[in-house]
Amino acid sequence: MTVESKKYKWVGTSPVRPDGNDKVTGRAKFGADLMLPGMLTGKVLRSPHAHANIKSIDTSKAEALPGVKAVITSADVAELESEWVPAGELQLNFRDLAHNIMANGKALYDGHAVAAVAATSAAIADAALDLIKVDYEVLPHVIDVEEAMEADAPVLHADMFTDGVTPKPTKASNIFKEVDIAVGDVEAGFAKADLVVERSFKTAPVHQAYLEPHAAVASFSEDGQAELWCCTQGHFVVRAYCAKLLGMDIADLRVTASEIGGGFGGKTTVYLEPVALMLSRKAGKPVRAVMTRDEVFRASGPTSGAASWVKVGVTNDGTIVAGEAILKYQAGAFAGSPIQPGCMCAFAPYDIENVKVKGYDVVTNRSKVAAYRAPGAPISEHAVESVIDEIAKKLGMDPIELREKNAAREGTNAAYGPKFGVIGFADTLAAAKAHPHYSAPLGPNQGRGVASGFWFNIGGSSSATVNVNEDGTLALATGSPDIGGSRASMAIMAAETLGIEVTDVRPIVADTASLGYTFLTGGSRVTFATGMAVIEASKKIALELRERAAKTWDISVDAVIWEDGLAKPAGANAGDFEPLTLADLAAKANQTGGPISSAASLNAEGAGPGFGTHICDVEVDPETGAVKVLRYTAVQDCGQAIHKAYVEGQIQGGAAQGIGWALNEEYIYDEKGRLDNASFLDYRIPVASDLPMIDTVIVEVANPTHPYGVRGVGEVPIIPPMATVANAIDSAIGIRLTELPMSPPRVLAALDNGS
Amino acid sequence: MAKIHVTTTINGEPVEFLCEPQQTMLDVLRDELRLTGSKEGCATGDCGACSVTVGDRLVCSCLMLGAEAEGQEIETIEGMADGDTLHPLQQKFLEEAALQCGICTPGVLIAAKALLAKNPDPSESEVRYWLAGNLCRCTGYDKIIRAVMDCAADMRGA
Repeated sequence: MTVESKKYKWVGTSPVRPDGNDKVTGRAKFGADLMLPGMLTGKVLRSPHAHANIKSIDTSKAEALPGVKAVITSADVAELESEWVPAGELQLNFRDLAHNIMANGKALYDGHAVAAVAATSAAIADAALDLIKVDYEVLPHVIDVEEAMEADAPVLHADMFTDGVTPKPTKASNIFKEVDIAVGDVEAGFAKADLVVERSFKTAPVHQAYLEPHAAVASFSEDGQAELWCCTQGHFVVRAYCAKLLGMDIADLRVTASEIGGGFGGKTTVYLEPVALMLSRKAGKPVRAVMTRDEVFRASGPTSGAASWVKVGVTNDGTIVAGEAILKYQAGAFAGSPIQPGCMCAFAPYDIENVKVKGYDVVTNRSKVAAYRAPGAPISEHAVESVIDEIAKKLGMDPIELREKNAAREGTNAAYGPKFGVIGFADTLAAAKAHPHYSAPLGPNQGRGVASGFWFNIGGSSSATVNVNEDGTLALATGSPDIGGSRASMAIMAAETLGIEVTDVRPIVADTASLGYTFLTGGSRVTFATGMAVIEASKKIALELRERAAKTWDISVDAVIWEDGLAKPAGANAGDFEPLTLADLAAKANQTGGPISSAASLNAEGAGPGFGTHICDVEVDPETGAVKVLRYTAVQDCGQAIHKAYVEGQIQGGAAQGIGWALNEEYIYDEKGRLDNASFLDYRIPVASDLPMIDTVIVEVANPTHPYGVRGVGEVPIIPPMATVANAIDSAIGIRLTELPMSPPRVLAALDNGS
Repeated sequence: MAKIHVTTTINGEPVEFLCEPQQTMLDVLRDELRLTGSKEGCATGDCGACSVTVGDRLVCSCLMLGAEAEGQEIETIEGMADGDTLHPLQQKFLEEAALQCGICTPGVLIAAKALLAKNPDPSESEVRYWLAGNLCRCTGYDKIIRAVMDCAADMRGA
């Protein structure tokens, strides 16, 4: 079900993706698929302890093993200054990054890298890891966010004194910073309320669980230049981080993004990439390093586990008069949880006069969090959307109508600062209410839930080049790794802009030496920002083609228009010439000035905020506590869908991940702080038999700053599911579950306790 | 320990290789034979990205030893298309956008082909349970399930 747009030839259609054939035949090359002559196997030794001083590391026996060509430890990693740089929606500290890729003096989590080897075979590399002797002094550990905040908790970093507190604390703690957001006066707001609901929530850390483990192939030359092949969401970002970590000039490192087997935010930082480079530099040979699934779970970034408290006050007519929240997010071993966006998003869907949010960024003995699809927002919005549902039920009001009454609209001052421009939240609510799903009958033990979600979406730096081939087809290059079909969207936008066939455009993802800087694939920015670069480069081609036609006809360029893929005289006064196709102009390019190409680089501003509203029906098994999702509908304002089927796919995939977060997924630790479920058998992402079809409704309220109205799509759909499912369970059994995941034992315990 | 000499058939072609006794079929395919279309997502038989068929059995090649390939007929994703002609499942997956990142796609296609060989008219539930061993983190399975069912309908009609 889509709002059809008739004005475009390609935008909003679903052509076969240009890179698709290689992906259904096994030909596509992913991170682990590259082999170079003489390539060594790199492997990483990891801490078995959640928290331990590293008293010494003896690598001599490993180095002496025949076939071992390099061994590195933190002694091979330069010490960097503490320096924060923007990293997608999060911030990244270079010193911490160095200490995360290789533990420096202290292992801070189970799975923390302490040494790495490169050897002539995987078996020799494994044997070498066994020969490395690490003398650990095991320290008390802390993983739960609230326990980590206690005064007597084991402290991870002796130099961490909470930011955002005056006066600055004199005692080190695990609280890296406090965040405060406030508008109006919440006390006065609550005083006006007829009904106040407050609840505490807990959410488990969950992993992005991309199917492709991290992989990197590094090759250092004798002259200090290096090439790196890796699966990443941002090869320019990888280049910057690795150059910094290895003390290289950026020009000396060329990074190629392989096909990427999923990322969801988790491949926006580096783990193996700098390690493979260091091993290659030391060994003088190419090195390939690939994580096992166990390593992916233990050592790469999940998202925060969190504790939240939310309080909302309403008057009897359903007007929300105050909202307050306290949010505590795990950052993992190093500072930098998504607490800031979590705080900003909590109440963003609503027009509320009085809002106060306090957030804590807390380090704990777990792998450092990485971005995960709308980082921070699913946690805080799960809590708020659960409370909103409870209020609707207490007021006897329809939950969509309660949201409609308070929905942010154009001109609403968002609690986190800005005034919203054109947004489509209310449109998603109206579409959800009108959907047949919303009024379908339910059976016994079944319940229906609704929840909404907000995400900013971002813009940022992007580059694109267009080369007109000799036959008039186009080579289109961008620097955005294609994580879910973006090459198809880029081809559509180029073809639309130039009025040509979409199959005449061949899009690729170029390496870091081949075009201008492009920020990573994240923040739902690629179709928006890189799309703008593609449109800009295509417009330059159109202008160039007009100039070439003008030369051919010996008239002024102003007398030539580009329309429907043809250069035409602007009118009768311009002269009587047969229109020229791209192929005509390409064939004569050498006579009119040489090859025809263009490049565009820009910093895209004006990303359009995205909203979604989901409906879910569940059935709760009273015997086992198992929750079955029977029917699911996701409504989202996408601004304008470029490739409709892949927009639907983003929404369906995000919803499925959210359902997993709601019902199954969690990190489970043993009493020593070691991850107990680091496999797909024990960390259970949704499988095909767990889910129903996921119906999508694409609402299109165009973003006025994008030529085709694009907002962003990928992140919003993971936000509503947790509360949607919780609200549906509450409707089914009359019990409000406040802890994720809502796994069978937890639901059964709630049924047994009646609360 | 000496390597084991194995004679087998892969995608209809006679193949010989040497492997370590402990080497998995997946590692043989990827590292020795350079057939990297089969993917390693877990190496524990949980994700299905390495699915191949051995005779008429669907197996995770990460749970099979290379030495067990002796005398068998193995089919991998690289053998699914017939020359320039994609298998109907491959074609349907493209037309219906049943893949996003594509890392699970080879395993899903191999598994789906094995299903349709056994059951040309599967219900939605049958497709979902058959593919429950093939994890996909991108699509939410919706378009995969539809593509398999639509392809089954086409193949029945053909």
